[in-house]
Amino acid sequence: MRFKTVYLDNGASTKVDHKVLEVMKPYFTEKYANASSSHTFAQEAKNALENSRKVIAKSINAKTEEIIFTSGGTEANNLTLKGIAFQNKEKGNHIITSKIDHSCVLESCKWLESQGFKVTYLDVDCEGFVNPNDLKKAITDKTILVSIIHGNNEIGTIQDLEILGKICREKGVLFHTDACQSYTKTEIDVKKQNVDLMTLNSHKIHGPKGVGALYIKEGIKITPWQHGGGHERGLRAGTENIHGIVGFAEAVKIANKSHVEKMTKLRDKLIEGALEIKDSRLNGPKDNRLCNNINISFKGVEGEALGGYLDSKNICSSAGSACSTKSLEPSHVLKAIGLTNEEANGSVRLTLSRFTTEEEIDYVLKVLPKVVKKLRGFSAIWKG
Amino acid sequence: MEYSKKVFDHFQKPKFAGELKDADAVGEEGNIKCGDVMKIYIKVKDNVITDIRFKTYGCIAAIAASDTLCELAKGRTLEEAEKLTYDDIIKALEKLPAIKVHCSVLGISALKDAIKNYRKSK
Repeated sequence: MRFKTVYLDNGASTKVDHKVLEVMKPYFTEKYANASSSHTFAQEAKNALENSRKVIAKSINAKTEEIIFTSGGTEANNLTLKGIAFQNKEKGNHIITSKIDHSCVLESCKWLESQGFKVTYLDVDCEGFVNPNDLKKAITDKTILVSIIHGNNEIGTIQDLEILGKICREKGVLFHTDACQSYTKTEIDVKKQNVDLMTLNSHKIHGPKGVGALYIKEGIKITPWQHGGGHERGLRAGTENIHGIVGFAEAVKIANKSHVEKMTKLRDKLIEGALEIKDSRLNGPKDNRLCNNINISFKGVEGEALGGYLDSKNICSSAGSACSTKSLEPSHVLKAIGLTNEEANGSVRLTLSRFTTEEEIDYVLKVLPKVVKKLRGFSAIWKG
Repeated sequence: MEYSKKVFDHFQKPKFAGELKDADAVGEEGNIKCGDVMKIYIKVKDNVITDIRFKTYGCIAAIAASDTLCELAKGRTLEEAEKLTYDDIIKALEKLPAIKVHCSVLGISALKDAIKNYRKSK
């Protein structure tokens, strides 16, 4: 079977659901007022904004007023790291994150180091899990924030927020998690999971790009980074992206457990089939893994080239190899779980969505062994 | 990564991929850490490279550069082949992203290594 595009890069971005697009449309041409305006016409925009906030809040068991909208996950993570650091700099100067957090968290941390803050980057085990005891030991009386990614974007590891959050609570330290990849794909309950701040985003869940949200537990003070007209309780200035926010909320409403079950089934089929290829390894855990994430390394094969051949067969993937990045460094996540450069360079990530079909997975399983065989056939290091 | 059509053509349908079983010499360059290893196999008759193949572990650019190098070197005398530069590969590929230029340099080094090994064996 020939496909136009087999899109397995949903960890990067997803297709906007048609139903999402439909609810967004009126906010471009009919209900386009600025939600901050005081005339009656603006009321529709304001209602849409607050109803959307309610939807997002409810989905993570938060209060409506605990959600602020941002331009996406990167902004929410930046706001958290910098805003909490500067808000609490009299209390302490120490932040803890993990070695497998997203680059927008790690780069924010690096910048904070240049501003005099100290950062501990926690190791993870070979499947990408943070050891709760490591976290416990790393917290000092100077620690003001712990930020650990919930579902890892590369290898799919889902951290146990409840345990990590409990440690932070006991030590009186704020706990933030980047839940961009895990949102709607695994259980999230900020109360049960002891989370103080949580980053969410829209375009990984079939909503539009350019929208995200930050949950900030009631009572937590944060220094704003974007100054202006007092939007979002003065924490994030800028006219709200109403059509985007409405779309985001619709995407959340649509997401449900049956999607997760479907993705899990197809993910397991793909993992099982791909691992039948000789000298392959699954990166990341088997259990407690994002329902849509597959990350596999093939010995003797370079990831960008593998992705290139998959692309020529209309399969969209992404690679963690040095060659696929601008820095020519292999993925920091794959290095953190102990992969050699060769193993990291030979990795490919395939990420499903609820629109992925079994026929597509069958097609990938037909193409993948051929492509690996072809590359190994003229690989300078393959001795199989 | 933005590649030219030529790069994709060579990458997708390499003409010189694989081992040359009765090669007169082999040259190697690169290391796994950087993600590129190239081997160039040459067959020489009357001082002319009559046949050539590559084995490459590497990215799209590395495979395309290896194949292009083989195309450029085949039929040349050893002296002519030695004068090939990475620039010749890049020109033949139309362009390479700046951070991928080293892939063409690797190819040239592997060929020079093969020629050196050939001369040593004589």
